[in-house]
Amino acid sequence: MTDHSSIIRLTAAETAANIASGVLTAVEVTEAHLARIEEVDAKVHAFLHVDREGALAQARAVDAKRARGEQLGPLAGVPLALKDIFTTEGIPTTVGSKILEGWIPPYDATVTKRLKAADVVILGKTNMDEFAMGSSTENSAYGPTGNPWDLTKIPGGSGGGSSAALASFQAPLAIGTDTGGSIRQPASVTGTVGVKPTYGAVSRYGMVAFSSSLDQGGPCARTVLDAALLHEVIAGHDPLDSTSIDAPVPPVVEAARNGSVEGMRVGVVKQFRGEGYQAGVIQRFDESVALLKELGAEIVELDCPSFDLALSAYYLIAPSECSSNLARFDGLRYGLRTGDDGTHSAEEVTSLTREAGFGPEVKRRIMLGTYALSSGYYDAYYGSAQKVRTLITRDFEKAFEQVDVIVSPTTPTTAFAIGERADDPMAMYLADLCTIPTNLAGNSAMSLPCGLAPEDNLPVGLQIIAPALKDDRLYKVGAAVEAAFVERWGHPLIEEAPSL
Amino acid sequence: MTTTTDELVSYEDALATYDPVMGLEVHVELGTKTKMFCGCSTELGAEPNSQTCPTCLGMPGALPVVNAIGIESAIKIGLALNCEIAEWCRFARKNYFYPDMPKNFQTSQYDEPIAFNGYLDVQLEDGETFRVEIERAHMEEDTGKSLHVGGATGRIHGASHSLLDYNRAGIPLIEIVTKPIEGAGERAPEVAKAYVAELRELIKALGVSEARMEQGQMRCDVNLSLRPHGREKFGTRSETKNVNSLRSVERAARFEIQRHAAVLNSGGTIIQETRHFHEDTGSTTSGRVKEEAEDYRYFPEPDLVPVAPSREWVEEIRAGLPELPLARRNRLLAEWGISAFDMQSIINAGALDPIVATIDAGSDATSARKWWMGELARSANESGTPLDDLAITPEQVARVTALVNSGDLNDKLARQVIEGVLAGEGTPDEVVDKRGLKVVSDDGALTTAVQEAIAGNPGIADKIRKGKVAAAGALVGAVMKATRGQADAARVKELILEQLGVSEG
Repeated sequence: MTDHSSIIRLTAAETAANIASGVLTAVEVTEAHLARIEEVDAKVHAFLHVDREGALAQARAVDAKRARGEQLGPLAGVPLALKDIFTTEGIPTTVGSKILEGWIPPYDATVTKRLKAADVVILGKTNMDEFAMGSSTENSAYGPTGNPWDLTKIPGGSGGGSSAALASFQAPLAIGTDTGGSIRQPASVTGTVGVKPTYGAVSRYGMVAFSSSLDQGGPCARTVLDAALLHEVIAGHDPLDSTSIDAPVPPVVEAARNGSVEGMRVGVVKQFRGEGYQAGVIQRFDESVALLKELGAEIVELDCPSFDLALSAYYLIAPSECSSNLARFDGLRYGLRTGDDGTHSAEEVTSLTREAGFGPEVKRRIMLGTYALSSGYYDAYYGSAQKVRTLITRDFEKAFEQVDVIVSPTTPTTAFAIGERADDPMAMYLADLCTIPTNLAGNSAMSLPCGLAPEDNLPVGLQIIAPALKDDRLYKVGAAVEAAFVERWGHPLIEEAPSL
Repeated sequence: MTTTTDELVSYEDALATYDPVMGLEVHVELGTKTKMFCGCSTELGAEPNSQTCPTCLGMPGALPVVNAIGIESAIKIGLALNCEIAEWCRFARKNYFYPDMPKNFQTSQYDEPIAFNGYLDVQLEDGETFRVEIERAHMEEDTGKSLHVGGATGRIHGASHSLLDYNRAGIPLIEIVTKPIEGAGERAPEVAKAYVAELRELIKALGVSEARMEQGQMRCDVNLSLRPHGREKFGTRSETKNVNSLRSVERAARFEIQRHAAVLNSGGTIIQETRHFHEDTGSTTSGRVKEEAEDYRYFPEPDLVPVAPSREWVEEIRAGLPELPLARRNRLLAEWGISAFDMQSIINAGALDPIVATIDAGSDATSARKWWMGELARSANESGTPLDDLAITPEQVARVTALVNSGDLNDKLARQVIEGVLAGEGTPDEVVDKRGLKVVSDDGALTTAVQEAIAGNPGIADKIRKGKVAAAGALVGAVMKATRGQADAARVKELILEQLGVSEG
């Protein structure tokens, strides 16, 4: 099996099995993906940096291990696209920002280390909205990424590079981060699978912070099982992250191998529909609910009134934390430095560097957050937002007394056109309407494809939400839904994506 | 010399019209082996930026992890200051830009300090006790250091460039803030000094820091305002930063009282501002004027989990606290039967711990005090080193006193032994051997010397024979001289009287 086009279409689980059994070498697999990147990424622009030599070296190491008869891990030799928000020792990390252009981190993020330790082959770093702020990847300082289903459409954001890499078969696995939906919304609009684990499940050490109390790294893949295999590699306690959960990782792979909704109670929240939702999205969502019922789930209608306040609370908390997290980018120690020509003071150099290095959306959020935290406004803004956060958490707690999981559309619409919402931040923010409550409450959620919207033939995502620490439920339900849809469609949805 | 243009009124005149109100903020650098939020070493004197990592350099993506010893030290300090210890508290970010602060926020505590509502009783020079109430003690991290190069003043203004050393960034600090200190009147500067001195002793006794002010391990800000006698409302305060010796604390408070009074007397208003204290002139000058209250945009640090010390742990720490300085001083004062003044001199000389350690090593209290406050204090003074940095251990001092008490050494020889130990010649016994410093009490050797002395001083010998025993001193002196001070003087006297057939008394 040396045909590149068939290698790149394998799932991660299949690829790993083929490498383990000797049908394929890790080098062959890596070369096939590097060739695919070469072939299509000029059009897609999923990658900011391709580490050709590093990837091949990792692949050779895997093949050598196998030749020595060593036991290989479940994802050994499988290529992966890493969001450019995780530090990689010796490899540029830009977070989609000019302010970190040229910065070579001196250390690996915990996620990076775990991937390397599991012999996953890191192909390169993927494009993203600057500092993960955005829902379209248009806010990248390095230009937008195209949606492989239609290159004139956005691939979602902030992790549009990772979702586009998966949907264009440049990598079978990717890593994203999700602060308000940055894993799930890109998965939704590209017909792929993305999981935001419970807050604290995946270490944030070496993941450049946007909003510390909301940021969470997670797996992205084309199938539920692949996401579970990757979840198991990257999750787990990390002493370097104080907010990391010190408990065993839930049995996600086992759940993904044993999909079922038989006897489960599935909640449908009435706040997750209405104005702003595309008809085709609602149609595919309703079909998914019907499917769940057919598969043996009991559907329960839920009322979560505080969810209506989630977006407002999010746009106070996230900018507030970001205004502090991004203060370190001052041009003094690393990254861009502007105006250091002997005529400007240190303060002026910092100011000029930030002026030149941050894009408009980042500046907007730094200003919003600085204002929301300032004395006299703290209680009204940041303080109130934290109270809303508590209310949302309580709504979830009450809901999970009645149901095992909640389902909703992942995002109200399918992929919109590049440029369409670029000048309308509010319209852009609405893309995360259904995903944000989960970040505020800290529980777990998945997006997986549930069909194409009839009006534009673009993918629609189904969001599954589980309680904190019950991430395995996402995989159990997700695997059942995925299997039922594949049976109904006769093939995985991703096979309908254009070949580019 | 720093010049000051401030008008002053005399201290007495200032106090005749106004009551001073003070607030003291003391930063203590903890002596933990590693930094507050990362594993980097806190050792002083290393190459610039050699003790840094992604976390204390504020690299993108790096995260803090709390040093448990730092928390324990904070609780110890809180308990020793009679504070309540929070059952649950959080770190907060204090946001402001400064090049020596890598994250451009300081991880500190805001409205949820680990310790609050305490007090510290301090003793003034006349032995009177003054209670200083403690508002809070909270945990935070130190900043790096900037070195401004090429300017005249060493300040950033006018410098051609600045060098940054982040070795200090992230070293744990405890900030201890008093409630407003009222009612000290003319003794306010003395109270300020006594408070900082007592706090320093306390910190040292707890073993959480060496609290060396000259090395910046303990730094004090003196906030001061005046109000006319009889008025409740506080006046506007000035904040004199980084006053870094006990004497300076007293002088800074005194200067500000005189300066404020002059401004107020002439109908002016005090500006709320930061002031710098100058050791050379004992004066303060205006730093940065705070036009508006600085807005640090505090919010709970989302990268750290709350600190919730269990009551069991707190009680365990309380039970393990050492005897605190004031109690210890009072106990020793009674045990030794010395005056409060003598005790104060011992403390000022930094001799209390060495003396106690010497007694613990077997010395009697009087000898231990005598050596440390005499010979050793003099030596420390001459070489300009702190007493406990001298090249002699309390055990060695105890050995010297033992040799004196057993008659092997006399005071003069003992001084030579100590001098030898300080000069690095070895242990007291080694110095005794090498220098041959034993008291000669062997009668054979002494008898010869005594006979020679009698023969050489027939007039004196006659006087003694005629019953003038006191004259024996001159012969003893001659023998001592002949034996280069190594004779046992008491035995020499006995032998002289014996030889001359005279009995004492």
